[in-house]
Amino acid sequence: MDLLRFITAGSVDDGKSTLIGRLLYDSKNILIDQLEALEKSTKNRTDGSVDLALLTDGLRAEREQGITIDVAYRYFTTPKRKFIIADAPGHVQYTRNMITGASNANLIIILVDARQGVVEQTRRHSIIASLLKIPHVVVAINKMDLVEYLEDVYNNIVIDYANVAKQLGLKDVIYIPISALNGDNIVDKSTAIDWYMGKPLLELLEEVEIDNDINLTDARFQVQLVIRPQTDDLHDYRGYAGKVISGIYKKGDKVTVLPAGIETTISKLEVGGEEVEEVFAPQSVVIQLADDIDISRGDAITKVDNQPQVNNELEVLLCWLDDKPLVPGNKYYLQHNSRLVRAVVKQIDYKLDVNSLDQQPVEGNVKLNEVVKATIKTAAPLVFDNYEKISANGSGILVDETSNSTVAAVLFK
Amino acid sequence: MSNYHLNYLEELEAESIYIFREVAAQFERPALLFSGGKDSITLVHLAKKAFAPGKIPFPLVHIDTGHNFPEALTFRDWLANEVNATLTVRKVEDTIKQRSLTEPKGKFPSRNWLQTYTLLDTIEEFKFDCCIGGARRDEEKARAKERIFSVRDEFGQWNPKLQRPELWNIYNGRIHKGENVRVFPISNWTELDIWNYIRKENIGLPSIYFSHEREVIEHEGQLVAMSEYVQPSADDIITTKKVRYRTVGDMTCTAAVESTASTLDEVINEIISTKISERGETRIDDRVTEAAMEDRKKNGYF
Repeated sequence: MDLLRFITAGSVDDGKSTLIGRLLYDSKNILIDQLEALEKSTKNRTDGSVDLALLTDGLRAEREQGITIDVAYRYFTTPKRKFIIADAPGHVQYTRNMITGASNANLIIILVDARQGVVEQTRRHSIIASLLKIPHVVVAINKMDLVEYLEDVYNNIVIDYANVAKQLGLKDVIYIPISALNGDNIVDKSTAIDWYMGKPLLELLEEVEIDNDINLTDARFQVQLVIRPQTDDLHDYRGYAGKVISGIYKKGDKVTVLPAGIETTISKLEVGGEEVEEVFAPQSVVIQLADDIDISRGDAITKVDNQPQVNNELEVLLCWLDDKPLVPGNKYYLQHNSRLVRAVVKQIDYKLDVNSLDQQPVEGNVKLNEVVKATIKTAAPLVFDNYEKISANGSGILVDETSNSTVAAVLFK
Repeated sequence: MSNYHLNYLEELEAESIYIFREVAAQFERPALLFSGGKDSITLVHLAKKAFAPGKIPFPLVHIDTGHNFPEALTFRDWLANEVNATLTVRKVEDTIKQRSLTEPKGKFPSRNWLQTYTLLDTIEEFKFDCCIGGARRDEEKARAKERIFSVRDEFGQWNPKLQRPELWNIYNGRIHKGENVRVFPISNWTELDIWNYIRKENIGLPSIYFSHEREVIEHEGQLVAMSEYVQPSADDIITTKKVRYRTVGDMTCTAAVESTASTLDEVINEIISTKISERGETRIDDRVTEAAMEDRKKNGYF
């Protein structure tokens, strides 16, 4: 059994909460006491039906204001897969929350209201999906019950969206007509939508192939910390603990330690204290090297014949996530996995319109939810890849030196 | 499917180990909050793996309410010794005396709220900048929104509106003096994941997780163990039942479930077929108000 992480995107009335509620409810992942709490909160409703959207309701502060504040994570399991849903709210600060939820997702469900078709929000969600390179896209055309389950309505939306997908370079796109409210095509195939030949949503989620989402070709590893027990029996032990970001490492591999550029050989590999012959992404491992080299947190161990970029000047896309605007020339910390370096945003080339993908000139400071192309200079060189090539080695965050807040998502070019 | 493939438990384990190592590297004085329950026992197991062959580079800290199951305390001491970790115990009893706090009253006088005082005092005493906890996001709706690295202010308070965005696997643990971070390495695990992992890794648990005979009274449909901390009313009937615990907290706020499951396989089968959530079935303290957990967290609770 493997693990699929997905995010649901939709604007406020697209039925996102109902869809998640329906998935949890129909896959029998809702338990009696949670259902009782649900029925209690639904008592005030006039029609007496259970409001599935309330299953995903969070904090009291949110209920009082009738809004969702933050990304919530939901869990459910079927006999085939474990699922983690990032449920991102659909209003102000949407870009920020969606990027947070989408950064780890294998798949995105983009909800489209069958009555509205492809709208500005749909384009915006799709652009973020394409920026973050979410490997799989499911376009769920919801509220089919409100358009009399008409195939024509569905087909027209599919044609419209296919244009958006083509423009954005989204490859693996699956379309499905649903009614989250009535449960059509969620867990079971809908009888009302008999013209749809595909699988219901849950089956799609169970079967989408995610093995290839991890890059096993280009080996990348970054040191999180050095393990030196310094006990009598482990006097000379020196292991580099970290996560295999991508690719495969084998005992005996010739490697280069970066940014220093020193070559050596892997002498031993361990997982959870046990020696192994090879390791692969995304395992957490310990690497031992044949030579004594000065290596510390944030250094990279890569293969001699497959090298990443090493540079202290970076072309990046910045998604600004903080209420305080980005002031060009200000200094920040750039955190790239475990590597933390001081950085300055040197130049801002243009702003990306997240509704049209148009490049626009930047006037004044960069504000919350804006995406810009920028040049960053770092105090020490970074060992990285293009985000499109290896997303896990091509991404970082900016941290405000004074507030310590995470203020931007950084995608390396 | 290639050989280079992790199943969901291996993937969760890899993620948790990564988080543990980030804690050890980013903080000067971290601590693992150890409650004696299965989640914190799993944390200790993961920490051991994260730093092998070295020892766990931070102490286990137990905030002892004084209402613990004796079996859980015995197990705690054994485990700390087994993994060669420093164990620090601070008692709620002492905080109550030092700060003249008012003991809760009633039939099941829970010291759950008072724990927060002892925890914050302990953080202050040892200048801990990071406390690792075993909370899971599937437990409760306030938990579902919490970050893996959750920054608390100098009063230990959680502010759901001021959480840092947490992107990819990049954890920002930078804080100001006086603040601390709560880190939850098993955020993405569910109750069933924990049990399956315990079985896979053959992790030892206190005996009360398995079926045993115990004197209990029934309270609003839940079975509460008789102990010196519980004040039964005249009309309570004390009966002896075969029970096990699904969660282990205080004797005053944890309910038992009737069960004959005496092996891990049997316990897991029961959990799979159960129709009630973990907290709903076994936590008396969460039933007070729908927002009980949210309120406690805002006040500095785990």
